[in-house]
This record gives sequence, C-alpha cells and structure tokens, in this order.
Amino acid sequence: MHELSIALGIVKIAEDETAKVNAAKVTKIELEIGVLSGIEIESLNFVWESVVQDTVLERAEKEITVIEGRGKCIDCNTEFDMENIYDCCPKCNSNFKGILKGKELKVKALEVI
Amino acid sequence: MCGTCGCGTDGNGPTILKPGEHTHQAEHHHHHHDNHSHDHSHEHKHKVLEIEQDILQNNAVLAARNRGYFEAKNIFALNLVSSPGSGKTSILERTLTDLKDEIPFYVIEGDQQTLNDANRIDALDIPVIQINTGKGCHLESDMVYDAVKKLEIKNDAILMIENVGNLVCPSMFDLGESKRVVIISTTEGEDKPIKYPDMFHTSDICIINKIDLLPYVNIDVDKLKNYALQVNPKLLFFEVSATTGQGMEKWYKWLKENRINS
Repeated sequence: MHELSIALGIVKIAEDETAKVNAAKVTKIELEIGVLSGIEIESLNFVWESVVQDTVLERAEKEITVIEGRGKCIDCNTEFDMENIYDCCPKCNSNFKGILKGKELKVKALEVI
Repeated sequence: MCGTCGCGTDGNGPTILKPGEHTHQAEHHHHHHDNHSHDHSHEHKHKVLEIEQDILQNNAVLAARNRGYFEAKNIFALNLVSSPGSGKTSILERTLTDLKDEIPFYVIEGDQQTLNDANRIDALDIPVIQINTGKGCHLESDMVYDAVKKLEIKNDAILMIENVGNLVCPSMFDLGESKRVVIISTTEGEDKPIKYPDMFHTSDICIINKIDLLPYVNIDVDKLKNYALQVNPKLLFFEVSATTGQGMEKWYKWLKENRINS
C-alpha cells in the first residue's frame, strides 16, 4: 500500500504550496497519474479521505488525469501503446524500449483560496 | 497522521535502532505536519497554482544526496528487495561470513517490526542499523539518510540495505543505491516477474535463491529468466543457494569487481 506514502507526499506538496502564497485551503487539486507509474488509483482513492483529514486538502475536489502508456522500440524505432511495463514491440518483439509516456506521478495544479 | 506509515499519533512510525537500543529511546521518524494557520483572505478569491511537481521529488532529492555521499566515499550500496521469505537475510549472512575478512561491510535492515534481522547480522560482528517502518511497507530515502548518519561508514566499504520484504511498494522509492538487487527463490512461481513487473523493471541484478531445491519444486528456471528479461532485458542473473553455498562464488566475484568501479 505505497499509495499511502504517495497520498502523504501529495498532502505535503499541497501544504507547502498553499503556505507559500498564504492561502487557507485547497478547493481543487489536479493530479496526473500514468498507467505505468505503479500507482493503483483505486488504492489512492481508498486512503485519500483519511489522509487529507485536517489538512488543507480536506474538502478539495480531486481530479485525476490518467496518462496512457507509450513506448518506442530501441531496435526498430516503432512507437506503440503500452498497458504494461513489460509490453514488447508489436512489430519486432524486442523487449528493449524507451518509455515515452505513462510514468507520470505529478501534482499538476492547485486551486487555492 | 504520520508521514510514512499512516499511523495515528501513537508513536507507531519508523524507528532507527542499533542492536541493544530500546525503542523508546530511538529518535522518532515522524513527518507530522504542524497545523498551519494562515491569514485568511476575506475576498475568498480562487487562485490556480500551476505547480507541476513530481510527487516523488522529495524522495528523489534525498536519494540523490545519499548517492553523492556514497560516491564521494567510494561506498558500494546495494538495495536488496524481494518478497518475504525469499532468503534476503540468509544470502546476506552467508555473503558477510565469507567476505568479511576481505571487505568492510555495513548493513541497514528494514522490517516493519523487531530487531531480529539486525541481531542476526550483529552476531557476525558487522555494524548494523535496524529501521522499523511500523506500518510502512518500504524504506524511503530519508530513513536511509538518517540510518547512514548513525552508521558512520568507512570509505571503500559495501553497504547492504535490506528492504522490507515486499515485491510491490519498494520499487518506487530510490534510496540512492548503486545497484538494486531483486531476489526470488525457486519456491516462488516462475511468472512472478510479470506479476510484479515494477520491481524487476527497476532492478539491475536478479538473484535466484534456493537453487538446491530444484529437484523438489516445480519451477522452470529458464522460463522465470525469460519472464524477467521480458520486463527488463538488462537484468544480470545469479543462481545461488544461501544454504549450501552453491553459486555464491560468482556473486562474490561480481561484488568484488563492481565495488571497485562503483
């Protein structure tokens, strides 16, 4: 359940950023989570309520943008969609690839008041 | 709520102890946030902060700091990860016993509870620190940072960091290690690398332990390796038995060679 640590990391970022601009609370938080990031969004949602309690995020709306996975084969340069980190190149079956997208784990924006 | 383990305020977070120390004397490793009280803007105007911040950034920053420290002191740091029961501690014990006259070793043990593993290492006269993560399921770079300060590692040593037994969570947290070593045993399923791909994806070395049990277990080691290579084509394998010592020489050779180049 590393999503708990991730949720606490998000709270820390929100607390720091709101303090910087002297805001009282966050009304909306926008997150970007890639499908290859290793985070289960359901698990994150499960721990969310208890983690944000008594923090600036307590009543914030949470918006998660899921980033689909995309890789590029190192052997034949084919770009392809990835659902799993172990997906191989659909053209030449090589396992050597670069991950172009899908590893994101980011707080994109905060709406504060 | 506690910063790492999600406990309440009952002091159940990570503790960092040397064998013989008592829990209540240990520095407590909480990340509690102060209750900020900000001046209220009475206009209640919404403001959007485009921060674009990586959530793991704090961990990454301290991991980089650890890595710099290790490089400056020529310390070869290994992060050992596996499911519980794969034999991390047994491999460690055997390695330390066989090589401790040649190489200075230091050990950080990560477990949710108990000093048991640290006591096993301490019995070999190797400097060791136990991190108890409480309810936490993995080590993070700040815990290693604190433990390293307490260990006072000499130059040119090998630091073995035994992570919490868990094939999922530790994969996301860089500790600043030189190399990550995933351990799997022959009593586990050969498809584990694709069931838990993140750990194999982020590791450099894969040790297949309990190789002496091959006649008794139903596992195809080549298949296991192929699955692992599918996830991470750069993985380097060692087949060993920590119990009989089979295959350990190759692992030792790799340790000795890579320690110099680290």
